[in-house]
Amino acid sequence: MKRNDFDNEYAVIVDQATVRFNVASERIDNLKEYFVKLVKRELMFKEFLALKDVSVKIRKGESWGIVGTNGSGKSTLLKLICGILKPYKGSVTIHGSIAPLIELGAGFDGDLTARENIFLNGAVLGYDKNFMQAHFEEIVKFAELWDFLDMPIKNYSSGMAARLGFSIATIVRPDILICDEVLAVGDYAFQQKCEQKMCEMREQGTTLLFVSHSIDSVKEVCDHALWIEKGQIQKSGMAEEVCDSYMESLQI
Amino acid sequence: MIDKQNHQKRKREIQEADIKFEMVKLRQRWDTFQHYKPLLQQLVMKDIKLKYRRSFLGYVWSILNPLMIMIIMVLVFSNMFRFDIVNYPVYLIIGQTIFNFVSESTNQAMFSITGNAALMKKTYVPKYIFTLSKVSSSFVNTIFALGAMLIVFMVCHVRFNFYMLFIPIILLQVYIFCIGLGLLLAQGTVFFRDIQHIYGAFLTAWMYLTPVFYPIQQLPFELMWMIKHFNPLYAYITQFRMIVLEGVFPDPRLILYGFVVSFVGLGIGSWIFMKKQDHFILYI
Repeated sequence: MKRNDFDNEYAVIVDQATVRFNVASERIDNLKEYFVKLVKRELMFKEFLALKDVSVKIRKGESWGIVGTNGSGKSTLLKLICGILKPYKGSVTIHGSIAPLIELGAGFDGDLTARENIFLNGAVLGYDKNFMQAHFEEIVKFAELWDFLDMPIKNYSSGMAARLGFSIATIVRPDILICDEVLAVGDYAFQQKCEQKMCEMREQGTTLLFVSHSIDSVKEVCDHALWIEKGQIQKSGMAEEVCDSYMESLQI
Repeated sequence: MIDKQNHQKRKREIQEADIKFEMVKLRQRWDTFQHYKPLLQQLVMKDIKLKYRRSFLGYVWSILNPLMIMIIMVLVFSNMFRFDIVNYPVYLIIGQTIFNFVSESTNQAMFSITGNAALMKKTYVPKYIFTLSKVSSSFVNTIFALGAMLIVFMVCHVRFNFYMLFIPIILLQVYIFCIGLGLLLAQGTVFFRDIQHIYGAFLTAWMYLTPVFYPIQQLPFELMWMIKHFNPLYAYITQFRMIVLEGVFPDPRLILYGFVVSFVGLGIGSWIFMKKQDHFILYI
């Protein structure tokens, strides 16, 4: 019982997780090549560890920024937490519902209109039609896209699609909100609006995981930070401290 | 002695715990499916909406298309090659509709994982939902195509009977069969993209080995025996034809065979799919 209480304090527990990719020396995706290589005994896989023994414990209500250079494993960590990737070793435990915002509008279909896409994307997040109907106006109002509702999404700019995606994902208060460099495409006003919304959600108790290359937004939105380099945790702790040492490492 | 008893008791307990664990897992799977049912509906609706968007006649094509193909086939096979079949248009359209459903749904299902790669890389959704949605939207199309069938029935003066209420059960058998086959193909295509070409050739062979447009009695005995025993489409199509053309209830052995094949197919397909699905992300 005591152990349970202890666990419930945390929203996300990543325990010594390792993610392994089999990087084939050449990408083989058809049978013919597979057999040719098999016969010639050239079927080799190079192991590549995208994350090595990563452990993080995130308490409920905390907001964490994840920083690091390109290809350091930030997105891999988020994918691991979302359940898209399974750890090769170690474990990931989640308490609560997750709304992933990894690249906004991933669930959009270009040929459908924005109106239809709202329902589709809602369903991807697991909301039914009635629920989306009830929140439809709120979504469109936040995205400020009244005039373009019946336009196919393929005619939207990436910023417009991102607006819509953000409004849909934040329509209910998920227990854990995950943002991966999504706000970079929005205009300044909308970025401000999103940051404000994220702060609002944080105050209401949502746990926030935020990946950004803008150190200023990380400092502004997050209280904790995690710095990943080459799949390993370089430093974790309070946002100011971690961001400063990360910036320092870049200056050299 | 006591030790042995204890041992057996312990073994039983472990077994019971295992069963309980399996039940909980099954229950969780069911809950997840319920949670994502709206997504399934949305995906099916999307496919149907997009299929005929910006076409003047829209859904009418679902009926018109099979009708046109049937008319051409009837012209070919009653003038060029003569088959002695009573009510040939009816015979043909039944075979054609069932075969088209199998071919369309499995072809669509084959790309259901690779085609939704972008989405799967970015958010967690149970992957079989995409395969299921493709087979289901094909199924809805087939239901539209039943309209074409109905027209042919009326034109050819088919007598309607009560046994026709059994037709949905036949379609259900085919639907389950297609889900199983679709899951198998979908996971295979993730790892080996050339399965699509192999399957294309396979489908052509399958069509000729299914009595869609010829009477099975015309085949040599060995081939006929093979088709009757190893081609499940024969069982599905024959059930349908018995009801419509002969006005009798289908042979129970055919029904049993149909259901067994479809459930075994579903079992194998979903087992392999579930086993492989965690690796999809590395290959799409």
